[in-house]
Amino acid sequence: MPPSAPRIDTQQTPQGQQHVVLGAWTAAALTGKATWDALTELLGNLKDPAAASWDLRQIEQLDHLGAQLLWNHWGRTWPAQLEVEPSQRAVLETVAEFAIVPAQVVKPDWKEPVRMLGGRLISLFDHMKSLTRLIGQLLLDIIRLIRKPQEGPWRDLSGHLYHIGATALPITALVGFLIGVVLAYLISQQLKQFGADAFIVNILGISLIRELGPVLAAILIAGRSGSAITAQIGVMRVTEELDAMRVMGIAKGFRLVMPRALALAIVMPLISVWTTVAALLGGMIAASAAMGITPAFFINALPAAVEVSNLTLATAKSVVFGLLIALVACHFGLRVKPNTESLGKGTTASVVTSITVVILVDALFAVLFKNIGI
Amino acid sequence: MAEPVVDIKKLWTVFKNGDKESVVHKDLDLSIERGEILSLVGGSGTGKTVLLRQMLGLEHPTKGDITVLGRPAAELSRRGAASRVGMLFQQGALFSAFTVLENISFPLRELKILPAELVRETALVKLQMVGLKPDTAGKMPSDLSGGMIKRVALARALIMDPPLLLLDEPTAGLDPESADSFCTLLLSLHRAMELTVVMVTHDLDTLFELSTRIAVLADQRVIIADTPKKVVAFKHPFIEEFFRGGRGQRAMGLLNDLPHEDALIEKKGT
Repeated sequence: MPPSAPRIDTQQTPQGQQHVVLGAWTAAALTGKATWDALTELLGNLKDPAAASWDLRQIEQLDHLGAQLLWNHWGRTWPAQLEVEPSQRAVLETVAEFAIVPAQVVKPDWKEPVRMLGGRLISLFDHMKSLTRLIGQLLLDIIRLIRKPQEGPWRDLSGHLYHIGATALPITALVGFLIGVVLAYLISQQLKQFGADAFIVNILGISLIRELGPVLAAILIAGRSGSAITAQIGVMRVTEELDAMRVMGIAKGFRLVMPRALALAIVMPLISVWTTVAALLGGMIAASAAMGITPAFFINALPAAVEVSNLTLATAKSVVFGLLIALVACHFGLRVKPNTESLGKGTTASVVTSITVVILVDALFAVLFKNIGI
Repeated sequence: MAEPVVDIKKLWTVFKNGDKESVVHKDLDLSIERGEILSLVGGSGTGKTVLLRQMLGLEHPTKGDITVLGRPAAELSRRGAASRVGMLFQQGALFSAFTVLENISFPLRELKILPAELVRETALVKLQMVGLKPDTAGKMPSDLSGGMIKRVALARALIMDPPLLLLDEPTAGLDPESADSFCTLLLSLHRAMELTVVMVTHDLDTLFELSTRIAVLADQRVIIADTPKKVVAFKHPFIEEFFRGGRGQRAMGLLNDLPHEDALIEKKGT
């Protein structure tokens, strides 16, 4: 027999109203939409529930949710007259014993925004502090590595070089190539109007080598490897691996942060050159297709259009980008708390911060070196 | 007689690993009656946890039928499953992004029928029923001890008062004292909520303290499912080793004063 819907039958007796409770008062029955709506209406119509007399003996089944509902309806006290089976009384007594009058929710006051702003500022300061500490530790670790190179985590370093660098080659080449093609097409449309076709070499050369190549590569690597580093270190925190390392006396700075930072500092300029070459190739092909500039002319004109100092600047920039991405990623990874939500937040914050930092630093470079190479 | 809560008929479980096939269960039969506390024991690799997961519909048997509460096990995880069966996972499986109270009330809250206030209060009652203080409610799972995690997970499993409770190694990883108090808690809940309990355990103390029946998995089937005393007396190499080894001897002391087994017989008599 399927359980029948929970309901209340009200009878007028000489002693006053008597409510006879019927049906199955269980979580399974009560969580049906129609049942719940009907029951709320029914309960809402009952006047002065605690004063009436209640008969629960005909209930098919009463569980803790049903008991809680009745108890709340009685205004958290026993009704004037109650007739129940012993097993039902036990359930009701459990609920009565453990029921807690919910605390009033404190409304936010005018100080709340100020407090929030203060909290944000303090947390920003905290981030800066631990990032500075991370940079200092990295410097000390590099000194230690130079003193005793045989102790260095070389295997780790080569692993990171492969995972961060070699496996990123296809995607960076593809993105670089397509950006080169798109740029060349757009620029050629404009240059044709002035008959200044040959200047496409200058424009593409300077913009790709000096700006787009390094920044594009850095953004791709920040998204790809920055998130991976944060997640790796974060999971190590969740699974207590970081604590295990500490107990063994292995410094996480030397063993985790330094190899990643060095690997990124080495890989980043190489990836940047690779992306730039792919973008120039794309630009060259598009230029020859759109405005008939032969690849031979393009290659010959390039050294004259772009000074060598641009290459130096791009390389230096890439090294800084690599270091920053690694430091930001490690920083957020080490701050992950042992739960899944914090891991997700940390990874997001890591990628967003490192991309922002890359672009900020790029702007800084552009201002500082505006007289060089142009 | 009422129909069994769990009914397993002619169950085959075959795992394919490349070309190799390993048969875990072969024509396995088992039925679990209402109100029992049944323990599944067996050597490692005999498929105890697999059987538990199949009862939950998390894994599907190769052949055969599993009926849980009168319906095929595969249909169990429909909407409102928490009102039919509760599961206590070995590691608790608490949602680490939620507080204790949010964890416990999650199955009810997800149905989006009941008002938040009622859900909160129901969860608070369950929290205290498993022996935790109301001020635990706002804590995160990462701040809890192993025993508390198990208790919160138990409260979450029981939030909708399901008639069937499955436990995977309920006392594994707990210190003896917590394990004891967890057993006491399970017994009192079993009595108060008229639960049917199925558990997988290696802990002999827990086994003898709780079980009304023990099912032994060996030779790819259930070799015996009977009261602890009869199981211990059964002649089989695995039982010899498992119960009558050094560890077994110590725990067997408990058999002599099994309170609730006698109580159960008395209850049947009346």
